[in-house]
Amino acid sequence: MDYATLIQLLDSTLRLATPLLFACLAGLFSERAGIFDIGLEGKMLAAAFFSAAAAAMTGNVWIGLLAGTAASLSLAALHGLASITFKGNQLISGVAINFLASGLTVLVGQTWFQLGGRTPSLTGPSRFQEITLPFADALEPVPVIGPLYATVLSGHTILVYVGLLAVPVTWYILFRTRFGLRLRAVGENPGAVDTAGVSVVRLRYSAVLICGLLCGLAGAYLSTGLSAGFVKEMSAGRGFIALAALIFAKWRPWYALSACLLFGLLEALGNRFQSLEILGVTLPTQFMQALPYILTVVILAGFVGKAIPPRAGGEAYAKER
Amino acid sequence: MATVTQTEGRPSAAALSQTAPAIELRGISKAFGAVQANKDISIRVERGTIHGIIGENGAGKSTLMSILYGFYKADAGDILIGGTKTDIPDSQAAIRAGIGMVFQHFKLVENFTVLENVVLGAEEGAFLRPSLAKARRLLVDLAREYELNVDPDAKIEDLGVGMQQRVEILKALYRQADILILDEPTGVLTPSEADHLFRILRGLRDEGKTIILITHKLREIMDVTDNVSVMRRGEMTATVKTAETSPTELAELMVGRKVLLRVDKTPAQPGPVVLKVENLRVTDENGVERLRSINLEVRAGEILGVAGVAGNGQSELLEVLGGITEATGTVTLNGHPLQLSGPESDGRSRRQAGIAHVPEDRHRLGLILDFTAWENTGFGYQDRPDYTNGALMNQHALRTDTEGKMERFDVRPANCWLHAKSFSGGNQQKIVLAREIERNPDLLLVGQPTRGVDIGAIEFIHQRLIELRDAGKAILLVSVELDEIFALSDRIAVIFDGRIMGERTPDQTDETELGMMMAGMDGKAR
Repeated sequence: MDYATLIQLLDSTLRLATPLLFACLAGLFSERAGIFDIGLEGKMLAAAFFSAAAAAMTGNVWIGLLAGTAASLSLAALHGLASITFKGNQLISGVAINFLASGLTVLVGQTWFQLGGRTPSLTGPSRFQEITLPFADALEPVPVIGPLYATVLSGHTILVYVGLLAVPVTWYILFRTRFGLRLRAVGENPGAVDTAGVSVVRLRYSAVLICGLLCGLAGAYLSTGLSAGFVKEMSAGRGFIALAALIFAKWRPWYALSACLLFGLLEALGNRFQSLEILGVTLPTQFMQALPYILTVVILAGFVGKAIPPRAGGEAYAKER
Repeated sequence: MATVTQTEGRPSAAALSQTAPAIELRGISKAFGAVQANKDISIRVERGTIHGIIGENGAGKSTLMSILYGFYKADAGDILIGGTKTDIPDSQAAIRAGIGMVFQHFKLVENFTVLENVVLGAEEGAFLRPSLAKARRLLVDLAREYELNVDPDAKIEDLGVGMQQRVEILKALYRQADILILDEPTGVLTPSEADHLFRILRGLRDEGKTIILITHKLREIMDVTDNVSVMRRGEMTATVKTAETSPTELAELMVGRKVLLRVDKTPAQPGPVVLKVENLRVTDENGVERLRSINLEVRAGEILGVAGVAGNGQSELLEVLGGITEATGTVTLNGHPLQLSGPESDGRSRRQAGIAHVPEDRHRLGLILDFTAWENTGFGYQDRPDYTNGALMNQHALRTDTEGKMERFDVRPANCWLHAKSFSGGNQQKIVLAREIERNPDLLLVGQPTRGVDIGAIEFIHQRLIELRDAGKAILLVSVELDEIFALSDRIAVIFDGRIMGERTPDQTDETELGMMMAGMDGKAR
């Protein structure tokens, strides 16, 4: 593999890791507050569709972003209502949201655009444009560092940078603010939060809505940044991969970045090398493309160390004596 | 308004508010469904005192304190804090009113540091750094002042229970609580930890804080309190100065003179020893010894009653013998030793050895509430030949058998297809009892046989236990109801703090003596 190939690979790693990163941080906020969310996938898909649809209709990608985020937030509010207010089962609510999003996007898409569930292809201002970082052109000829900066770091859409920035911001909120302390506490022992005179319900709703917001960004990026339009089931299990990354990352923001980059790299590898020859054995395309999913299974099966989830995760809070 | 005693001569407004009771409750009532947990409770807790509240389990102490801390809303009555009528709809309001609570089960975030737990909910602003710095300074001061030393950076999960309790007290003090409520604070402490706690409490009182200590241990009340209120069956029966009362009087007030339930029985005809327990010890996951060298014997044809306030080890005793908890020591059944740990120490092995178990908590251990009556009567015996058909369950046999049991034990309605949860408490208990008794065990373990059971069923259940005794079986009865202990037992062993305090026969003793032994006082010393 030459250096140019490596650079291309890293460039697409970053692109592919971004939706995972948003979804992973979304799950992090929710699960740290004690609300399991397997509906990341559904929220992402709904956001992807409504972003693309609104962008296609208005020609403005920012309106698309707003629409997508609003869709994701509504589903998040629904999950909150089911699992916090009505103390329902969080897994079932998540599954329902995934099915709802999967069916709804195709149905509405077909009704609005008659393209078999797709949205029209997005061009120009109805899509996020690539940003060239300052001095990218000037630095390009510098050996080693040049291409790294000009190709890998520069030349992405705004959401990629927002995603990268979201990691330290999440870390800061979680570990350096009052809100973060309470959020982490409510995922560990809601009784302690309640007796300290803080509302468990309000905290958990905040977490779930932040989760909705971040899933919205993930979905919008999928259809208006990474691709140019919505296609049926375009989230392709990324919500679940993000959950695996979250476990892999032990619910910590910086680890989440690493985990998502790893998954992004595997996906990039699968895309770049349709078949790979290792020690005389040719690995087929299908295997290469299945890599992220294989890693997911490996992580979920617990082969990668012991991860301790927030202790009150998945349980509705009911006052007791 | 309170009379001004200390400040006679200059009754300023400040002095008046100084002498108004820290807390006054007027006519507090609270019912849960048909159960009246608190009935018209009035109490005054003077400022700068340690006020004990004593009573048996289920007397309504915790409910009353939960009302004071905003967990429950009283059905009727007023709360006055420092002479002002105060509404306490939630914990936030209680904290604002200057009330701090140390729950029996700590409300701490296990993987947070001491400092983080202390500031949680009482942060200075949106950012943590200044709050943590302030708390750190304050913790140093408090540690010096009240012997409340805790490493502020230690994680809660790495601390012992005594230390965790200090963190709870620090939490309350950090919120500037004037009134500190402690619910059964010594239940998890070693004696020296408890002494240390009492020193801290006295120090706090001398600084002018008001302390409410909820306990069922008479000795603690006598040692540390200034005043004491006694609760019994949801009512406040008396409030007295500790110096003017005696343990005997308190024990009487606590247990009350209830009408004894009479069971017709002939004197026991004890046979050979069936169960022999020697040096039995259990340590729980927190490292607290729950059973400290228990020794006892039960003979064929007799009922040994284990009396005690709940939480003193009787549950662990039943669970060890029933094969639920592991222990060390020696237990023999008809001379054959039982395994107390490892795979052979489970409930199935116990049943095969001839022990039947009617657990204390039938909802948790006795029944599966969402299963039918016939499924429930098979549990524990589902692999016996008469219930199986090769690898399959013989459902027909199970149902026929259940119908017979329901008839013999007068379970109503006698429909074996009903789910366990649709029966009343008494009928649920009869289902468990029928299952365990009809297997003809050598030893029956029975815990709280009539808890939540109506009067008619109580009589029936008592009668069945006596019949089993007369059939030559050994019975180990655990009950927190003294009436029941007196009515059924041929011998009574009193358990306190994981130890057997002593053994009596029902005609040698009375409720006052047992009450004192149950509260950790030596009954002979009076």
